[in-house]
Amino acid sequence: MFAYAIRRIVATIPVMAVVALFVFSLLYISPGDPAAVIAGDQATPQDVERIRASLGLDRPYLVRFGEWVWNIVRGDLGTSIFTNLPVSTMIAQRIEPTLSLMVITLFLAIGIAVPMGVVAAWKQGTWIDRAVMGFAVLGFSVPVFVVGYLLAYVFALELDWLPVQGYTPFSRGMWPWFQNLILPAVALGGVYIALIARITRATMLEVLQQDYIRTARAKGVGQSGILFLHALKNAAVPIVTVVGIGVALLIGGAVVTESVFAIPGLGRLTVDAILRRDYPVIQGVILLFSFVYVLVNLLIDLLYTLFDPRIRY
Amino acid sequence: MDRRSFLIAGTGLAAAGLSAPALSQGADARTLRFVPQANLANFDPIWGTQYVVRNAAAMVWDTLYGVDAQLQPQRQMVESEEVSSDGLTWTFRLRSGLKFHDGAPVLAKDAVASLKRWAVRDPMGQMILAIQNELAAVDDRTFRWSLKAPYPKMLLALGKNNSPCSFIMPERIARTDPFQQITEYVGSGPFRFVRNEWVPGAKAVFEKFADYQPRSEPASWLAGGKRAMVERVEWVVMPDPATAAAALQNGEVDWWENPISDLMPLLRRNRNIQADVADPLGNIGTFRMNHLHAPFNDVRARKAVLMAIDQADVMRALAGDDESMWKRLPSFFTPGTPIYSEEGGDLLKGPRNYDAAKRLLAESGYKGEPVVMLVAQDQPITKAQGDVTAEAMRKIGMNVDYVATDWGTVGSRRAMKNPPSQGGWNIFFSWHAGADCINPAAYTAIRANGDGAWFGWPKSDEVEAKRDAWFAATTVEQEKAAMAALNKAAMDHVIFAPTGFFSFYTAWRRNVSGIVKGPLPFFWGVSKS
Repeated sequence: MFAYAIRRIVATIPVMAVVALFVFSLLYISPGDPAAVIAGDQATPQDVERIRASLGLDRPYLVRFGEWVWNIVRGDLGTSIFTNLPVSTMIAQRIEPTLSLMVITLFLAIGIAVPMGVVAAWKQGTWIDRAVMGFAVLGFSVPVFVVGYLLAYVFALELDWLPVQGYTPFSRGMWPWFQNLILPAVALGGVYIALIARITRATMLEVLQQDYIRTARAKGVGQSGILFLHALKNAAVPIVTVVGIGVALLIGGAVVTESVFAIPGLGRLTVDAILRRDYPVIQGVILLFSFVYVLVNLLIDLLYTLFDPRIRY
Repeated sequence: MDRRSFLIAGTGLAAAGLSAPALSQGADARTLRFVPQANLANFDPIWGTQYVVRNAAAMVWDTLYGVDAQLQPQRQMVESEEVSSDGLTWTFRLRSGLKFHDGAPVLAKDAVASLKRWAVRDPMGQMILAIQNELAAVDDRTFRWSLKAPYPKMLLALGKNNSPCSFIMPERIARTDPFQQITEYVGSGPFRFVRNEWVPGAKAVFEKFADYQPRSEPASWLAGGKRAMVERVEWVVMPDPATAAAALQNGEVDWWENPISDLMPLLRRNRNIQADVADPLGNIGTFRMNHLHAPFNDVRARKAVLMAIDQADVMRALAGDDESMWKRLPSFFTPGTPIYSEEGGDLLKGPRNYDAAKRLLAESGYKGEPVVMLVAQDQPITKAQGDVTAEAMRKIGMNVDYVATDWGTVGSRRAMKNPPSQGGWNIFFSWHAGADCINPAAYTAIRANGDGAWFGWPKSDEVEAKRDAWFAATTVEQEKAAMAALNKAAMDHVIFAPTGFFSFYTAWRRNVSGIVKGPLPFFWGVSKS
């Protein structure tokens, strides 16, 4: 398995190269001009042209791409056109809020969705099952920003329990850090909970029909033992797959959630950079997201062996 | 601990937490939390001339002169000035005791370097450069600007609030190429920029500069004694207006620069919040037609569009039904200012006459070619103007090719001079701060010097001559006459189209005092209880 993991990690290099080429080319051909944004609305075309030249944006595609790739190879993601800060610094400033949000959302979602799915499968056809599935439909249907506004209205404005916006670093204490993330995590987790709950229910229903479950029951194993020890472990592979795929959902959802709750994370950095055409930042963040996604999928592949010993690499 | 005890303890803890009256953090009285109009993405007010950069820079860097609420330039860092009888030599003397944020004294050589950098990027500065003999320090507190021709608007140029302002930086920083961004932020103003807390797109922090020497006069806009009343100002960037409204209501921020009009009823219902017009000089909505290509290379086509536009419709779409927040504007200039004129603005007054507009359009030779209209959808101001204008143009038979795009794309595409069918354009929308349109001084958009003019590239020697007359004016009467003539000439040639005058709101918590209406948020004099 170790050799497999190494092979997969090495295989990320061509994947990242393709992503890099695609992102750079897409940005190159997309309309928009950071020089015009920098110069401001009162600037003359001549001013804009001089700024463009000073930023090196008037150079040919191959020269710019070659320079960018060479810098990346040396571990330099470049410098933001606007802030003049290294892209790596900007990412470092923003990664903690996004990571915190994603981890809390992930724990929250798995902690709620898996039991929900298990119980729904166990109580198939009852009102509990219908309630869980109803919740799942709601989770899929209501956009993150609507849930976000509702939560902020109720828990921040009306009850005054939690802050509306912002982020407190973990270094300033666990509770201040956590209280800023509760509402965003719940808002972002809705769709994720729905997704995992549905797949858990469907997989569990299939597993619960298996002969070995009947055998376990015949041997007198208790209901919780059957559900969580025998059935859930065998239903885990599709669930883990969906959890992995859902990381992409989380990344996309984080962009909206961070805007609604004014969290200074990577999602907002990406949107701001796109609107301003801050090419080095866009390229750096997309590369990072792609890398994370590839790694998460590798981790999921490795987890398969944990849940199903028949799978070998 | 057994399972039952653990659950009871956990529930108790959770209940204790949830029953706490307010877990959200309140702002303390020495820190003012402010939601700016936009993200402070860079911090060089000469390199990047966006208003948000200018607003932050005004806290950190002082100017030699500052425009007051009566729109007059007053001495700020300067103690005295002297102009020779022929108007060709200006000699300035700095106040004593001025310090930069690194503790170094502000010297004449710093002012000279700062002015040299500023002049390259500023329209008024460029005019001075064109007639400059020499700009040099005479001694530590005195510098001299000698010219080849008189420049009566010198003090206005040095004190205006239009971007870029002539902020005074240390010489070593001001030597930076004006087209390159500075990397050090050592200021001369009442607040110090806390660089290590700057998270672009999220937060910018400013602290009171204890060694700042305010003038003795009361503060008035950029002039007078700039006294910091709070120890710290935090700019909290919030891209979502609903979040900013909720944060203001919840007391998580103290002042929101520009709440959107849709949220004003909500904010007004909160007794802890006060709201008012942000800037009496407001804003002017505009669209520009491309004078290089048909149909708008014919003034009759441009006039036909002007005749079709109902400014009230545009303003309602843009600023809402509250008519105290907008007005019609048959002028290119800011209404309510001393030398404002509506001369020549008749085309924009009275009921719309679509038949007459159609006839004029036909006379221009327009035969139904597509008119490429760039409308940025991510800017509510441009979108509202675009939607209403497109409808009006269709009413007079124009074939509008409505290109829904974003502001970044408009910013680059409007610079293209190609025919509209080859990636160019016919119309795009924008707006100008009223403070920039009081007179032609910093009003780039009013220029009609062809290739050198703002996007759309209008060319009219008459308009340029009238503009020059304003710069040459030495009395208010002369200025008024020049403005009237300029407005008429610019209307006759339809340099561009004003769509109306509108204002933004500003809103703050009632425990904040000292907020002044003006073209930018002034943080000196603002305190919090």
